[in-house]
Amino acid sequence: MTTQQRLGTKRLVVGAHYGTLDFIVQRCTAVIMAIYTLIVFFGFLFSSEMNFEAWQHLFTFHLGVLPVGQLLATLAFFSVAWHAWIGVRDIWMDYVTSAGLRLFLQVLTVLWLVGSIVYFAKVLWSL
Amino acid sequence: MSDSASKPRPQFRNLSAAQLLSYHLPLAGKSSILHRVSGALLFLSLPLILVPLFAASITSPESYAAMREWVAHPVCKLILLVLIWGYLHHFCAGIRYLVFDLHIGTEKASMQKSAGIVFGVSLALTVVFGLKLFGAW
Repeated sequence: MTTQQRLGTKRLVVGAHYGTLDFIVQRCTAVIMAIYTLIVFFGFLFSSEMNFEAWQHLFTFHLGVLPVGQLLATLAFFSVAWHAWIGVRDIWMDYVTSAGLRLFLQVLTVLWLVGSIVYFAKVLWSL
Repeated sequence: MSDSASKPRPQFRNLSAAQLLSYHLPLAGKSSILHRVSGALLFLSLPLILVPLFAASITSPESYAAMREWVAHPVCKLILLVLIWGYLHHFCAGIRYLVFDLHIGTEKASMQKSAGIVFGVSLALTVVFGLKLFGAW
């Protein structure tokens, strides 16, 4: 009970703070995606000539032995999936009142996103 | 208080489809619901359109050329234009929310103004990318 704190004058905040975690994650992943968008956009803009090699290079470049291009793209994609999970789950929680249907849709959402991650990672890391 | 007692105001709780048409949603509200719609759109297109297109674009010179051929189709261009708008709206509206988290611009008047800026910037950028997509240069 030592971690209890009051927000404002009335509300006693208790629990496991899952909502706080989601709130923070939604914002951190948003910032990561925004920064990565700008990295790719300016990489694209300042490529002297845009063709297949230059485009692929944006996602496969190495710094020393580190596959930085692939790592950044993968981390950004994890951000997309986590961000989408929180957002889409919020949509189900707002509009779907039947608990059974909501659980079904939430499971479908997880499968949809994990499938996307595996698909993306397979393509990116087999280059 | 006495005003609201003497003059009953219309109440909108759970909106029916008919009420939706007469309900005046302020600009900030329009930006908000479109943030949700564009997010859902991007979520649905992720494994269906976005990752497949990305995969084709980076796998090999042949698949890159094939991707360019698909994208040249007018229907594909329209679908991409909608997704480009969705991305740009979600991006701009999202930055507005991040600024609110810093307790900047949370007064009613400035919230309407910043919602207008979100529409202005995201639609202008959509036009720019759209012109590029349809080969204006």
